[in-house]
Amino acid sequence: MTNCPTLIVTVGLPARGKTYISKKLTRYLNWIGVPTKEFNVGEYRRECVKIYKSFEFFRADNEEGLKIRKQCALAALNDVRQYLSVEGGQVAVFDATNTTRERRVTITRFAEQNGYKVFFVESLCEDPNVIAENIVQVKLGSPDYTDRNTEEAIQDFMKRIKCYENSYQPLDENLDGDLSYIKIMDVGQRYLVNRVLDHIQSRIVYYLMNIHITPRSIYLCRHGESDLNVRGRIGGDSGLSPRGKEFAQGLGRFIQDQNIKDLKVWTSQMKRTIQTGESLGVPYEQWKALNEIDAGVCEEMMYEEIQEHFPLEFALRDQDKYRYRYPKGESYEDLVQRLEPVIMELERQENVLVICHQAVMRCLLAYFLDKSAEELPYLKCPLHTVLKLTPVAYGCKVESIYLNVEAVNTHRDRPENVDISRLAEEALFTVPAHY
Amino acid sequence: MITFKTTILSIIWDFMTAKICMTNCPTLIVTVGLPARGKTYISKKLTRYLNWIGVPTKEFNVGEYRRECVKIYKSFEFFRADNEEGLKIRKQCALAALNDVRQYLSVEGGQVAVFDATNTTRERRVTITRFAEQNGYKVFFVESLCEDPNVIAENIVQVKLGSPDYTDRNTEEAIQDFMKRIKCYENSYQPLDENLDGDLSYIKIMDVGQRYLVNRVLDHIQSRIVYYLMNIHITPRSIYLCRHGESDLNVRGRIGGDSGLSPRGKEFAQGLGRFIQDQNIKDLKVWTSQMKRTIQTGESLGVPYEQWKALNEIDAGVCEEMMYEEIQEHFPLEFALRDQDKYRYRYPKGESYEDLVQRLEPVIMELERQENVLVICHQAVMRCLLAYFLDKSAEELPYLKCPLHTVLKLTPVAYGCKVESIYLNVEAVNTHRDRPENVDISRLAEEALFTVPAHY
Repeated sequence: MTNCPTLIVTVGLPARGKTYISKKLTRYLNWIGVPTKEFNVGEYRRECVKIYKSFEFFRADNEEGLKIRKQCALAALNDVRQYLSVEGGQVAVFDATNTTRERRVTITRFAEQNGYKVFFVESLCEDPNVIAENIVQVKLGSPDYTDRNTEEAIQDFMKRIKCYENSYQPLDENLDGDLSYIKIMDVGQRYLVNRVLDHIQSRIVYYLMNIHITPRSIYLCRHGESDLNVRGRIGGDSGLSPRGKEFAQGLGRFIQDQNIKDLKVWTSQMKRTIQTGESLGVPYEQWKALNEIDAGVCEEMMYEEIQEHFPLEFALRDQDKYRYRYPKGESYEDLVQRLEPVIMELERQENVLVICHQAVMRCLLAYFLDKSAEELPYLKCPLHTVLKLTPVAYGCKVESIYLNVEAVNTHRDRPENVDISRLAEEALFTVPAHY
Repeated sequence: MITFKTTILSIIWDFMTAKICMTNCPTLIVTVGLPARGKTYISKKLTRYLNWIGVPTKEFNVGEYRRECVKIYKSFEFFRADNEEGLKIRKQCALAALNDVRQYLSVEGGQVAVFDATNTTRERRVTITRFAEQNGYKVFFVESLCEDPNVIAENIVQVKLGSPDYTDRNTEEAIQDFMKRIKCYENSYQPLDENLDGDLSYIKIMDVGQRYLVNRVLDHIQSRIVYYLMNIHITPRSIYLCRHGESDLNVRGRIGGDSGLSPRGKEFAQGLGRFIQDQNIKDLKVWTSQMKRTIQTGESLGVPYEQWKALNEIDAGVCEEMMYEEIQEHFPLEFALRDQDKYRYRYPKGESYEDLVQRLEPVIMELERQENVLVICHQAVMRCLLAYFLDKSAEELPYLKCPLHTVLKLTPVAYGCKVESIYLNVEAVNTHRDRPENVDISRLAEEALFTVPAHY
């Protein structure tokens, strides 16, 4: 059927980035609204075999080991079926080595029986530097090696890789010509793409072809405090307040002190971010897609005025802030769709500073920190604070830098009473102070 | 005589004359492949797409240069690998085309040039790569490989038989000659090689998109080109474009808003449903925007449809729901500025056609992936989509005629699109306002309103 679930299956030797790809892809798909979950067979194995002894477990002639590993794979597939066929998931990522054709046939049969489409993602890499860095970043800290020293851990892991190498059957152009897959070679230098079947596979391929692992940092911040911020009004297109201008200057100094290599600066097409960007004295690019959420009929209103003129809308928004669309305006859900090309280009780029707006920054932050649709609209993104995001291991390190220029608080928490019958005071209880 | 010293000198020369490639340096796309592998189809389609999304692109077909040079095509013998005269002319034509490429990219401000030729030998590709280095262009190769005889035969029928080369041959002769022409290239064909060409940036398209090999994508534009090429197909299909039925605001001469259908608009929706049934289209997908008037139209069809926010009408900002007469009264300056540059003009707190195109790009990408689709949208939106399919410029786009109650059936054929216009015989107001003669900000109200269509 057109909307049948998709089972993504990783393929590759250990330390080839399968889990990195699985987690990142899962995060991306969930952010764009496709319910996705990853199933790491290694985790099932750790559940089953509480204590990891050595690479011997993975020897091709270890009958007991093979039996346990197969059981774990089947247990994971069972949970996949639960997720896709019962819980309403759309995509499942089956993260394991899956290095033999036999194992892949088992999985393909399972998918056929359940009406899932299968898409393989194979990662091939022989660059010893990349593999070594991989081991340092994510293997040394693994539960498998908590009580080993670095030297021992590396030795053991290299032998573990060796156990797989002899039986490894990479996806083959001829033997596997009927399967849908992408082969990623040498961390994205080259790709082989075979039989992309539908929209979601096409998007997955595009995403995988745009991500990289070159170290870099992404800086997110809002424009400096604006005149409308000071007056407690939302939206609009006002300029910076005196304190906002001070922040912009401070941001310029901060950027210089950080001494960032080849920093790109992006702003929206609204005055307040452009003014902030101008202050930096470096080239910047304006993106309409980074404009603040359109509050439609509520543009330039104070929350008190929204409560007075549109109390029903105000309550509906509190009930489902992610999906709620302002009349003649947008929702956070719309924002995410609008921001997808920004995220795609951020993935391609290296060091970038994005000067944007509260709702926009919440959406971008939710992508990087894997926040749900429920949490996203309430993420704290205060004025005059830069968030420095640095990818590390499977996630993102966040450093928050307050540039020491005071500003109003624009964060309104979800009030306790979101019922349409609530009183004005209950609706306005969490409105932040303003002039 | 080529000596070691000569080689060193040429390397130094290349290094000294190579322009440093800045981030926004132009891109030279180079096709590679035997005849009848879809290189020109890909070149033209890619050029059309890049221009539509705002990247100035031009294609340079070496075959056309050859036809200019050798006025009359005699036979495949011209292409024999041992035809010295033929080789000389063909090389001259390639160099003439490259010269025009340089003119376009370095003088005229073009951003992408598509060099469409067989380029089947490594030697020819080295010549091109050197040319690009000297001029500071990035090179991206697009190779098409196909051995399916059915595909090649269909290709020959669609675009070769009608070629100027074969106007005075009958079909049988033309096919025979063309097959021998292909043979001339086969012996010397050196496909891009994973090892020997590992440093080049390229995409190999195999068997009309069943498989792709992508090597060293360097930047944003190459990434977008790869994504586009991986989404297009050549399966026959038709795309139906129409607007919602006449709306209440249409009748009153007001723009934008979110009104429902007028009685005539409802009649059209019914007619559209009957039309769709009569057409008996295989697996038709129906898309609407998220505005009432297209949804109501879609509902009438009685088949499942998908709503796209991206298909919503252009946001007229402060001018929403106004009549043109009111816009002239309240915003005469804005009204004149819009007439001066309708494509780029953005309504205050609203959008421009240029914004619309960016918003519609995912719709176009999905339309390329799909087969038979009916898109029920709006005037400005339909103009943008139509401009993509019919390769209309930014200047023409905002003035394309997309009347109410008329379905446009677009069917890809050869290198372009066949258009059939079907008026469903339900009257509606005209909402098309031509560009007036006087677009000066000092113009009189009558001059501004001269081309406003009649309304109630």
